Amino acid sequence: MSLPVIYVENLTRRFGDFVAVDHINFEVNAGEVVGYLGPNGSGKTTTIRMLLGLLEPSEGEATVLGFDAFRQSEEVRKRVGYMSQKFAIYDDLTTLENLTFYGGVYGVNDKARIQHTLELVGLKGHENTLTRDMSTGWRQRLSLGIALVHEPKLLFLDEPTSGVDPTARRAFWDLIYELAEGGVTILVTTHYMDEAEYCERVGVMRDGKLLAMDTPTNLKKSIITGDVWEVYAHPLEQGLEILSAMPGVERVGLAGDHLRVISSKVGKTAMKGLLSREGLSVEKIERGEPTLEDVFLALAR
Amino acid sequence: MTNYLVQASNLQKHFGDTHAVNGVDLNIGSGEIYGLVGSDGAGKTTTIRLLVGALLPDKGDVTICGYDLRKQTELARSTIGYLSQRFSMYEDLTVLENIRFFAEIRGLSSTEWLPRSMEILEFVGLDKFKDRRAGQLSGGMKQKLGLASALVTRPRLLLLDEPTTGVDPVTRQDFWQLVIKLVSQPAIANPKSQIQNHESNGVSVIISTPYMDEASRCHRVGFMKKGKIIAEDTPSNLRAHLNGRVLELRGNPINILRHVAHQDEDVEDVAAFGDKLHVRVRAGKSSLIMKRLPKEIESAGGELTELRAIPTTLEDVFIALSEDQ
Repeated sequence: MSLPVIYVENLTRRFGDFVAVDHINFEVNAGEVVGYLGPNGSGKTTTIRMLLGLLEPSEGEATVLGFDAFRQSEEVRKRVGYMSQKFAIYDDLTTLENLTFYGGVYGVNDKARIQHTLELVGLKGHENTLTRDMSTGWRQRLSLGIALVHEPKLLFLDEPTSGVDPTARRAFWDLIYELAEGGVTILVTTHYMDEAEYCERVGVMRDGKLLAMDTPTNLKKSIITGDVWEVYAHPLEQGLEILSAMPGVERVGLAGDHLRVISSKVGKTAMKGLLSREGLSVEKIERGEPTLEDVFLALAR
Repeated sequence: MTNYLVQASNLQKHFGDTHAVNGVDLNIGSGEIYGLVGSDGAGKTTTIRLLVGALLPDKGDVTICGYDLRKQTELARSTIGYLSQRFSMYEDLTVLENIRFFAEIRGLSSTEWLPRSMEILEFVGLDKFKDRRAGQLSGGMKQKLGLASALVTRPRLLLLDEPTTGVDPVTRQDFWQLVIKLVSQPAIANPKSQIQNHESNGVSVIISTPYMDEASRCHRVGFMKKGKIIAEDTPSNLRAHLNGRVLELRGNPINILRHVAHQDEDVEDVAAFGDKLHVRVRAGKSSLIMKRLPKEIESAGGELTELRAIPTTLEDVFIALSEDQ
């Protein structure tokens, strides 16, 4: 079977005059982990809602696991899992009770399968913990468990790691890879570019349009055509202003304790000269490597 | 008299049996951006609440701008701006009305708050939206309104508890530019500083965050674990501990690479990044492993196309510190 798991053609959604999703096209293949990025309000969640059959497209079509996402939404929802931005779990129920409840919603009453799901997301031993007493990281695992209890072939994760610390995020991504190895296809939205690096392919949305979708490596190559420079100069804030106004500089951003400059025209000597003339102390300027954050900022501005 | 704007010594706070904060010392200089990081439940938010004076410590002292938080509570608090994890705003009030509300609670008179609010709104870029209802603002704009509300009293110390959770990179860049501007141009926060109790004029920021790219924007970072700060330094010094110990691998199939790396006894951590792996190795074992891995992968039926040491990130440091006992 080589049919794509998600096939989207000219998919469009309007709310009144506002075009939330504007003629997007993409495909996702079985077992892929695809990241879906974009600023708040760029149309990511609306896309997912159409793929889940919760919203009718204004134009175009979406096929999910071979079914028409809107007209056959029941068939789709039986086979896909969805973990939303706001974890919908009941605070006054335990882990097991939440999972059993949601399993019931999907028609899963098999106790063994619920136990298996608990184990999969690493919550075994915490069956009787009230979810209100759990940390964000654990609540997130439970929420993933809920999305997985009916063994979906395709998983939509909408900002699953918002507010979760690095260790818990690492564990979460290990789990995502385990699922993908087991043949589950995953579409995940995130605001964190280090996580986007984990994905095999990444799409970037802005103002309802899908601007690009490719591997992180190819995106960096095709979008960041200038050189990346790491500029260590003090005071930083003044450096930011001076370099932003420098002709030939494409973008300047803050990166930790230094500035990142992207330019295909301006080099080290020119920047150093200008900053020194303006009275800044220049510690060093060195070559950097493009990151997905650079790609995002280049496309999203 | 020291130059520290914030001094905390041996801060302790229990909740029942939980030692939420267990002996924290902090010395924050004027003009410093200090990042507080650590896992869920490490004590970051409790520490910030103790510094704001929202919680009383069981033990320990806090001095802010020379004022003892316990004995000169009101004076100390008057120097603080605080943005909590879920800062509250009135969705049916306008932007300006929200700021007015915060200003008046803090005792600013109408001749003070109005010019001050306009100045702050311009600074955060919300001046054009002053009459828009807060409920109709985008996520990024709400966050700027929260920051503006915290700045209206001209604080010397800004405490930010996970201010950027769920915010996209463009908005986060804007937010950080504001924070850095505040620190480098104290005139914005304090054009006519009335605080005589402290010699210099810089604004300091303490920010907690689960995101390491943000932590790396701070001047110094404190890593909390079980109520203690177990490591504290500049981001580059923290990263230096792991220099040469993070390797990047590419090849086919990636699963074999991963399993082989996992099994090597000198490998501490393996993380997949799409089509590549990042592997953290034991101190002093890098060159050994770089010779050994290609052979191990080949004999397992895999093909290694790239193997190199890469610059370490604060994320690597975080993971390593979390695992250490």
